[in-house]
Amino acid sequence: MRKRTLIFKNKPKLIATATVAGPKEGIGPIGEYIETVLDDDLFGEKTFEKAERKMISRAIGKAIGNAGLEERDIGAIIAGDLLNQIISSSFACRDFDIPFLGVYNACSTMSEAFLIGGVLVDGGYCENVLCATGSHFSSAERQYRYPLELGNTRPPQAQWTVTGAGAAVLSAEGTGPKLVSATVGKVVDYGVTDANNMGSAMAPAAMEVTCTHFKESGLKPEDYDLVVTGDLGAFGSRIYKDLMWEKGFDIGKCHVDCGEMIYNIREDEFQGGSGAGCSAVVFNSYIYQKLLKKQYKRVLLVATGALLSSVSSQQGDSIPSIAHAVAFES
Amino acid sequence: MQSERNANFNRNYNDYICSVAPKTKEARTLLRAFFVGGTICCIGQFIRFALEYWAGLSGTELAAYVSMIMIFLGAFLTGIGVYDRIGKYAGGGSIVPITGFANSVVSPAMEFKSEGFVYGTASKMFVIAGPIIVFGVASSVLVGLIYYVYFLVI
Repeated sequence: MRKRTLIFKNKPKLIATATVAGPKEGIGPIGEYIETVLDDDLFGEKTFEKAERKMISRAIGKAIGNAGLEERDIGAIIAGDLLNQIISSSFACRDFDIPFLGVYNACSTMSEAFLIGGVLVDGGYCENVLCATGSHFSSAERQYRYPLELGNTRPPQAQWTVTGAGAAVLSAEGTGPKLVSATVGKVVDYGVTDANNMGSAMAPAAMEVTCTHFKESGLKPEDYDLVVTGDLGAFGSRIYKDLMWEKGFDIGKCHVDCGEMIYNIREDEFQGGSGAGCSAVVFNSYIYQKLLKKQYKRVLLVATGALLSSVSSQQGDSIPSIAHAVAFES
Repeated sequence: MQSERNANFNRNYNDYICSVAPKTKEARTLLRAFFVGGTICCIGQFIRFALEYWAGLSGTELAAYVSMIMIFLGAFLTGIGVYDRIGKYAGGGSIVPITGFANSVVSPAMEFKSEGFVYGTASKMFVIAGPIIVFGVASSVLVGLIYYVYFLVI
């Protein structure tokens, strides 16, 4: 019987993280945990795309520094982002003398990178692996939606792409939260076509991978202090909890969503944050620090991604989604 | 679209999503659209009266001047980043008047300036307004033909 849950025997350690986020994220509920908060979401660059790659580059550089390592110590960078041809990550990696593996699973890229990084470190192929991802509200709007200055309204189920980047170093040695297991997600598509309602498109994928994780690892929701989804938003979280309950898992007590945590809902964020940067920023700042202080003992990160493109939406296709689960122990 | 459903299509789930999805607050949205849209039209009407009274314009010349001023205002407010805020509040109220048309041309032109003047600003300028122009021209031709044939028959 095929198993989708990987148990890491040597338990790679998450020895350091770094996060960079925009001003709007900086004043949010978890703003004080973010390492670098920008005053200006252009980050001194001419375009939002350049700003996004600079954020990722800065997060990578800081994470290496925080780990007390040098570029030559890092076996590989595993990174991805939302822009076409993942230009932000690959262009950011021009700055480093480190092998690069580009990955894309939309907003679940962070947990995918942790999973692949965990395999490389656990298998003994790399001593240290750096996982990074990021997104930018304005560059994502340009690619997926409308111009910023267009006077249109957002529907109430919409979410707000996070401007931010996060990077983390997984290492065979050292101290820090341990990566104990990971479950590889499947592409799930229940036929939701509304690109403004990504929470409900992604909730079934999150449910599928979480149920598989619990079944294969023999753990129960009570064994985790926290089950963190990536960017389902408030509405998607509600559906996720319903779906899990239907499958016999009550996660009401331990579930939180990164998208719900990151903003004070004031303007048009509606259901909360989304984007690859959402789980990257929240996990690598707030949750990582709580894990370090052992306030959380076991955390399951289920970052969710909607695998659509603007072309597929225009052609009327529904939104396939994916989620990967990675479990950390302090 | 309906025939291309994938193997996992789940009707129950989609019905459930529709029933619990947060709804647009219709009464509030409609009222705001009515008042902001009405205000924009009142400003236009005021300009029309003013030009008629003080500048002595009339007929098509008057209409052209009023449109030009309103388009300029829409473009200008877009340029200084105010129009999208009005739009967020007003919804359809600020999209339907001619100022909304100006906004839909100027906003992509500004946005894609980073890709250069030719391939950015110039080619992306009509990304949103393009369909309006196409259908506007096409339907006016159609109506013109009907009008022509009607008078031939009479």
